[in-house]
Amino acid sequence: MPEQSTNQIINHEILELTVHNHPGVMSHISGLFARRAYNVEGILCMPIGNRERSRIWLLVDEDQRLEQMIKQVEKLEDVLAVRRHDADHQVFVKLEEFFLA
Amino acid sequence: MQTMTGADLTIRLLERQGIEIISGIPGGANLPLYDSLYGSERIRHVLARHEQGAGFLAQGMARATGQPQVCFATSGPGATNILTAIADAKLDSVPIICITGQVPSSMIGTDAFQEVDTYGLSIPITKHNFLVRSAEELLETIPAAFRIASSGRPGPVLIDIPKDVQLQELSFEQWPEPGKPEQAPPAEKADLKQAADMINRAQRPILYLGGGVIISDASEQARTLMEKSNLPTTMTLMGLGAVPVDHELSLGMLGMHAAPYTNMALEACDLLIAVGSRFDDRATGKVSAFCPDAEIIHIDIDPSELGKIKQAHVGIIGDVQDVLTDLIPMVSADSRTEWISAVRNLRQAHPFVTPEADKANTPYGSIRKVADMVDDNTIVTTDVGQHQMRTAQLYPFRRPRRWLTSGGLGTMGFGLPAAIGAALAEPDTLVICFTGDGSLMMNIQELATAVEQQVNIKIILMNNNALGLVHQQQTLFYGKRTFASGYESQMDFISIARGFGMPTFDLAQCDNHAEMMREALESTGPCLIHVPIDVNENVFPMVPPGAANRDMIGADNNA
Repeated sequence: MPEQSTNQIINHEILELTVHNHPGVMSHISGLFARRAYNVEGILCMPIGNRERSRIWLLVDEDQRLEQMIKQVEKLEDVLAVRRHDADHQVFVKLEEFFLA
Repeated sequence: MQTMTGADLTIRLLERQGIEIISGIPGGANLPLYDSLYGSERIRHVLARHEQGAGFLAQGMARATGQPQVCFATSGPGATNILTAIADAKLDSVPIICITGQVPSSMIGTDAFQEVDTYGLSIPITKHNFLVRSAEELLETIPAAFRIASSGRPGPVLIDIPKDVQLQELSFEQWPEPGKPEQAPPAEKADLKQAADMINRAQRPILYLGGGVIISDASEQARTLMEKSNLPTTMTLMGLGAVPVDHELSLGMLGMHAAPYTNMALEACDLLIAVGSRFDDRATGKVSAFCPDAEIIHIDIDPSELGKIKQAHVGIIGDVQDVLTDLIPMVSADSRTEWISAVRNLRQAHPFVTPEADKANTPYGSIRKVADMVDDNTIVTTDVGQHQMRTAQLYPFRRPRRWLTSGGLGTMGFGLPAAIGAALAEPDTLVICFTGDGSLMMNIQELATAVEQQVNIKIILMNNNALGLVHQQQTLFYGKRTFASGYESQMDFISIARGFGMPTFDLAQCDNHAEMMREALESTGPCLIHVPIDVNENVFPMVPPGAANRDMIGADNNA
């Protein structure tokens, strides 16, 4: 097999989650992906509005299981909304300068 | 204005939820809660002998009544011990609320005595969990726990309460409303129409009922649909009793230990109507070979179940009872003469055979005899293994919520404490616990609880001095290398039960087995009925794990 970076053939999607802001929410979400061995490439989280809620951005692999993953995320009590974006969404692109090797 | 401690508030909120019995075990970190419980006039505490027993006790109450039930455990080992019962409730969608004590907030994260990350441990095995940070939060958390546990697809909720929060004083103006189940949104009309059209058009439809039908109290609707459209109907392990399993349209349980004709009918069907069922691997066998020619209608309250294992042609999200109620008028009455007669022929050509079912001292016979001697309101619990599959195959379940078994997690040790819980919830109902020696040994300490509470449970112990289903799998699939599945020493269960103060009946020591069985069932309070059986008696038919349901071992012999 010729050398081929797998990163180039995996497409990504971006998930935008609105969640309750309290300790433990991150753990619920990251645990959900981890125990299904579903790769999460990037995570961003900041409180929004009056800080009762947070927004979480997830950069995830586009995979046939994604549909099921999203349904599982939607079932979490602390997740209020999930939106899907294409990989060309700017949120992670604009952060690239902070992640130079 | 009310002023009280977090512990008092917790107990009062549980009273306001209508809780009458709490099972549990006290320890350092939940003693304030127990001190408040001491003062409760409405709630009775049932002391278990192991936290897992307390968890299954609550499950027994919840499965029999359909109402959320509560169990208590202390921090550290109390919490880790109860986790199995919580995970079991998650997989079978049982609404229990587990309240654990935790070390004081200031000590969390210091490796304090009996500290464990209960919140972290319980994330993947609960529907939701809470770590309460102030007494004030309890006003919201306790009702929320009941709402979450009982809404949609029910499930377990854990509330971890640090000791300082239990002791903290709080003043508040108004009691919160008790938490209640939320109404599920109605199904899409267009989907219902499409489903009805598919049913009306189908030549060889099968209705496939799961535990969701029981949970949603939709037995009546399921039966109406079945009879109106003459749908041959199979039930999952969790769905048994959704319609009477001896109804002429019933095919009984499907899957790994189904009757041959049941799996064969499924193989032939052109429409599968899945209602509150989740295409579990023990039901479907190899998924790609399951109902290969069938279109699928899938009705479930949990959106994540649709398309999880099998892509349905029509997926309907909604409460099963509501959906069926709306669907029934749209489905036309149909005699389905041809299909019904084809199924009847399958049933005659490939029947389900139960060796020696007429003898009360055999594996099938003991189940048959009990069933003949008790009424339809009797609650039956089992442990996990051969006795469980035999009961599922043979026992004539005719009503919902009378069959309590650990389906999803398959937890040995479930049967005895679940039976105690069911008997506490329904003191006037007879509760039978079919168990095996391997399973009984896993929570045998709860014999003490049964005797102490004088519950009306009859434990039927089928004793082959082995882990029978493991022994069977090693015999069939591992070149007969039976290893670590037979016990080297024989326990004297009669002496053990007597030691706990429980009356016993030993079928090994009598000639008229049926008579002794009757005497035991008619006795008051708990008792143990010992039925020695042969370790080489296997449960057939059996689909090898991972194989297609058409490949049943032991089915040819029956033909």
